[in-house]
Amino acid sequence: MYTEKVMDHFKNPRNMGEIPDADGVGTVGNPVCGDLMTIQIKVKDNRLKDVKFKTYGCGAAIATSSMVTELARGKTLEEAMKITRANVADSLGGLPPIKMHCSNLAADALHAAIEDYYKKQKEVKK
Amino acid sequence: MDYSAGRPLDPRAIEAMLPYMESRWGNPSSLHVFGQEARQALDEARAKVSQLINAEKKESIIFTSGATESNNLAIKGVAYRYRDRGNRILTSSVEHMSVVNSCKFMTTKGFETVFLPVNQYGFVNLESLEKELTDQTILVSIVYANGEIGTLEPIKEISQITHKKNAYLHVDAAAANGQVPIDVKSEGIDLLTLSSNDMYGPKGVGALYVKEGIRIEPLLHGGGQERGLRSGTENLPGIVGFGKAAEIAQNEMQTEGERLTRLRDKLIKGLLDPIPYSFLNGHSTKRLPGNVSVRYNFVEGESILLSLDMMGVAASSGSACTAKTLEPSHVLLAIGLKHEEAHGSLMFSLGKQNVEDEVDYVIGLMPNIIKRLREMSPLTPKELKK
Repeated sequence: MYTEKVMDHFKNPRNMGEIPDADGVGTVGNPVCGDLMTIQIKVKDNRLKDVKFKTYGCGAAIATSSMVTELARGKTLEEAMKITRANVADSLGGLPPIKMHCSNLAADALHAAIEDYYKKQKEVKK
Repeated sequence: MDYSAGRPLDPRAIEAMLPYMESRWGNPSSLHVFGQEARQALDEARAKVSQLINAEKKESIIFTSGATESNNLAIKGVAYRYRDRGNRILTSSVEHMSVVNSCKFMTTKGFETVFLPVNQYGFVNLESLEKELTDQTILVSIVYANGEIGTLEPIKEISQITHKKNAYLHVDAAAANGQVPIDVKSEGIDLLTLSSNDMYGPKGVGALYVKEGIRIEPLLHGGGQERGLRSGTENLPGIVGFGKAAEIAQNEMQTEGERLTRLRDKLIKGLLDPIPYSFLNGHSTKRLPGNVSVRYNFVEGESILLSLDMMGVAASSGSACTAKTLEPSHVLLAIGLKHEEAHGSLMFSLGKQNVEDEVDYVIGLMPNIIKRLREMSPLTPKELKK
């Protein structure tokens, strides 16, 4: 059902955990639907210095979370905002069609974390 | 440990079937000697299946293509035949989809269907049954044992209530047959669905028991086989294999049932005791011998299954059928679980080839699997992470 790449990320998730002094946090999904993920970011000089995830969900949800952290690390915020759900799925060698919508939320969580960072920056300036 | 999704054929059933695929290809409807040989084999299989459920006579057994057809035939067959008596069908909220969808279909034909509630263990609410059973009720259809959570329904009591009115009781025994003793006479069952594969017989064959005196409308019209209730040339190899499987089940049910019950209870204890926030779905004793359904908070079932699969263990989450929809099983929701609790459920169904070492192996794996997934989950409370 899953590609080797998905299974690899499920078995050995990259960047799992929390950043104690995160600059931005994004949470998407809902336990009622069976998926909930949180992405935390650390920003330095407009770049994602660190990206970490925590996920409740199926194998696809965990693998996409892990993959998005790999894709996003080191990118500028603008570049990271351009990472799409499709990019994440493609990087994993594809996902089963039924998982494309419900469990492929990691890019959204990343974007939400960056939005949160922008929001916090504005508050600081005020 | 996923026997409920599919069981291997008993080698003795295969052996019984082979002649009917190789050399004995006669049609039971033919008058010549080949046909008569086939007729005799058909009769013997019918007798074996009828004995398994203590039917009054073998002619009460109608062979079908499986439990789904039997459930369709029972519900639609009774509804169409006794339409003049009433238009109300009662069933439960923990039925197999072939019962659920047959009942729903009948609502498009002028019938009214009520899905009776169950309690936290999955037992049908008998007060609701009594209340909903009106003079218009012609059929009550209840599962003998639910395949997902293993709950054995109080069929005798359901029968007594049902027969206070002019209604018939259909029981879907597909998940239970061959595993627990079923007696249509003493339990007061009017129609009973049987499945061959669930008792280690071949797939593609099943039966419907219809008590003498009850009439049903057929779904398939044709050459009049099975007393006109199920036309079409009989699947003789399948039926012979089913008959053999029924005979074996009758002989071995008690010993195997005791063995599986012991393994089941060991597995349940081993999966729950060492892990906090873990729960049993269904009832601790009134359940199928091989059924284990548990849930773990803060983690999702499929990720547990994948982790087990990586270690060579097959189990299932919710129901193999609902793996296509991603929706939690209607059975788990019916016993009152929240969506997120249902998502954290998984089921083992133990069968003939499972041994104690395998149970011990799974018990040994689970704490680390759950620990790893809980470490990843944002829902896990802090005190569990230490």
